Amino acid sequence: MKSCLVVDDSKVIRKVARHILETLNFSVQEAGDGREALTRCEEHMPDVVLLDWNMPVMGGMEFLRTLRQRSFESQPKVVFCTTENDAAHIRAAIDAGADEYVMKPFDRETLESKLQIVGVA
Amino acid sequence: MEVSAASTRVLSSMLEQRTGQQLAMSRQWRIETVLQSLVRARGLGSLDRLVHAVAAGGDPALADAVIDALLNNETSFYRDRNSFELLLGPAMARLEQARTRERRISIWSAGCSTGQEAYSIAMWFAERKARWVGWTIDILATDVSRTAVDQARSGLYSQFEVQRGLPVTQMIRWFEESPGANWRILPELRRAVRFEVHSLMNPAPSPARFDVILCRNVLLYFSDQVRRIVFARLAEAAAPDAVLMLGAGETVIGQTPAFVSDPDCRGLYIRRPDALPAYRAAS
Repeated sequence: MKSCLVVDDSKVIRKVARHILETLNFSVQEAGDGREALTRCEEHMPDVVLLDWNMPVMGGMEFLRTLRQRSFESQPKVVFCTTENDAAHIRAAIDAGADEYVMKPFDRETLESKLQIVGVA
Repeated sequence: MEVSAASTRVLSSMLEQRTGQQLAMSRQWRIETVLQSLVRARGLGSLDRLVHAVAAGGDPALADAVIDALLNNETSFYRDRNSFELLLGPAMARLEQARTRERRISIWSAGCSTGQEAYSIAMWFAERKARWVGWTIDILATDVSRTAVDQARSGLYSQFEVQRGLPVTQMIRWFEESPGANWRILPELRRAVRFEVHSLMNPAPSPARFDVILCRNVLLYFSDQVRRIVFARLAEAAAPDAVLMLGAGETVIGQTPAFVSDPDCRGLYIRRPDALPAYRAAS
């Protein structure tokens, strides 16, 4: 079973994402901001991180840059999942090391297809 | 808003007459959902009145709109990714070798809906320009729905449509933002695909010697008899060593002698060069 860390400050989004991911046979962990997400990664590195952009304490971009700079044994796939839906944000995310990008709102098929593209579903 | 059994029969018959497709039980529940907006837009009050207006025959545009609404235009970029990897990997390499002299590959997306699969192939070629220098890559995409073809030709996709199946790097490379949370495919790719309205019940469009035919998630809506005719049309339009790509849940086995499983690419089919005369009569 693959594992996914859902990083979003919205409980509702985390709940929706968890529901979809569990139907796709993922084990799911949650974090409400980037700092909490880093702690989760230190404890147990997930196969994939579903990452929001704007969050308190530490946003998605800062989390991603920090994650990619750290010398973990393995690096997870990172799929941004955000309402920042313009080309400039998407390019910035890819440049920072994101593997995929989901524009909110999203549905099960979209998320599943993105997870297939990064090779975890 | 409910639709009566009599109206369902009228709609079912009209759909089959015009497209060959059957309104299967699994699709009947959709009638009310997909036709409600038409009922409201026309101020007709009920689905039965809408069907009556269509059956009266005085409003061809309304009939077209009803047929369009009843068709299932579900599709996505690289739908069933594994099949596309086979097609664009080993199957295309084999064709490349077989067509070294002609340096031409003709591809037909038959029942293309809103065009995502045809554009997926166009993207693949566009990203490998050096490999295909000097080749003519002809991509034709057809559908019975004028609305779907119009959207395909416009290259305009909603946020939901554009990200379903399409890697973000390709989205950023080949699409530009458009007002209303839409994304439009770049002119270079729009020019790479010809879109036409065409019914699979009719003889294949030109050049009628396709090296690759995609006919995906369409045949399942046809009766056995119509499916045999359509398979015959596809076979007539296929080059002797053409590759056929069906939907993930579709097969040629027990359906037609004209195509057989591709021994090199499980899940794809190739035309049997010797089969054509025997089944031509079926059409």
